[in-house]
Amino acid sequence: MSEHAVSSPEITFVHEPADNTKRIWRVFWLLSALTIVELTIGLIIYNIHKGENPNETLVLAFKGMVCILTLAKAYYIVSVFMHLGDEIRNLIMTILVPLSLFIWFLTAFLIDGTSWKELRNRYMYHTPTEQTAPPAATEPGAKN
Amino acid sequence: MSTAAAQQTKWWNGGRSPFNASYGKVMMWYFLMSDAFTFGAFLISYATLRFSLNDWVDANHVFNSFPFCGHHNLPLAFVSLMTFILIFSSVTMVLAVHEGHHMNKKGVEKYMIMTILGGIAFLSCQAWEWTHLLTGEHFIINNGVIETLNTTVTHNPWGKYDMTVHHAEIMNALYHTPPDVLQKMVLQSDHTATLESLKGLSVHDLVDKIDLGEVSVGVMGPKSFGGYFFEITGFHGFHVFSGVVINIIMYIKTKLGHFEQRGHYEMIEKAGLYWHFVDLVWVFVFLCFYLI
Repeated sequence: MSEHAVSSPEITFVHEPADNTKRIWRVFWLLSALTIVELTIGLIIYNIHKGENPNETLVLAFKGMVCILTLAKAYYIVSVFMHLGDEIRNLIMTILVPLSLFIWFLTAFLIDGTSWKELRNRYMYHTPTEQTAPPAATEPGAKN
Repeated sequence: MSTAAAQQTKWWNGGRSPFNASYGKVMMWYFLMSDAFTFGAFLISYATLRFSLNDWVDANHVFNSFPFCGHHNLPLAFVSLMTFILIFSSVTMVLAVHEGHHMNKKGVEKYMIMTILGGIAFLSCQAWEWTHLLTGEHFIINNGVIETLNTTVTHNPWGKYDMTVHHAEIMNALYHTPPDVLQKMVLQSDHTATLESLKGLSVHDLVDKIDLGEVSVGVMGPKSFGGYFFEITGFHGFHVFSGVVINIIMYIKTKLGHFEQRGHYEMIEKAGLYWHFVDLVWVFVFLCFYLI
């Protein structure tokens, strides 16, 4: 049993720490298993690329799986190792709600990057074969 | 859990922490949140750039070496070792926090030492990886001449190139290539030759000695790879380093009995939060650079 003092007077209650380290080791084995699965998928992707006519959709599906596995690892590290799962709901929310901004962040920028690629492929690699009208005047200093 | 107690308590009426946690712990969480956005910004910037290009480097070719294994092709092997080292040091850190909850000074010391060693091992691995990339020479065909390039922030020798398709181009370039580069190409395919034995030979003789089956020639790849790789892994490595320093200070304070005197080991918990964050960032760096 723990007889340690409460670390600060603002704390209302201290939840009892676990007696044994079983949970910790279980999560370690789980994280290791997830990592091994990710590495296996990585090697599968490597082998797909080595073969003839790599199936790009399949590669994309595998990469998606790897992302989901990484999110699972992140969940276990934050919830169990960092003990966020043991804190009260107020604190958990102040961490998770702002971090959910990442969903917009990632989506917006990946769409942006893809748009760059589309535009570049569509307009940058043509050799001009006919007279094209000069672009309409836009804001000063705007680049094409 | 004490959710009943949590629901009955008036959290926002003053006199208590509405998060049921000490100021220091809450602030550590908020610092980690800000750091998460910083790393997230770097990684998303990297992702955006990659999505805007048609080609990128193949991580399985760039990261296929292992210390003491020479030229063997071991894709992802070394980085897997690094990941396991960091996961394991994370486990020893949680165990240290666990021992702290039970006021077990010796236990805390033992696990902190293991965590520190894990961190130092990770940094050593990263140092080897960087050195290997920065000093590794690759043959690149550039403007009809073959030259050697390292992987740096300005040069990327990992472009896509099919040697069998461009065989004639390479043969032509070989005759325009300076002899010192040719000598290196010979040395890579013929392990019995030495630099001395090749010194006097003419360009023609050297080209005859090169075995194009063993030596590979590439083109320059997207220039931004080096910058992104070294910057993000470097920033992460800096966090690992500062984490190791913090852990050493925590170990010393534990040994001197500061926490014993204080009556609680919450400082170890806060250092633990930082260390787990470092591990978490690595999980995402590993994902972005090596897996996808």
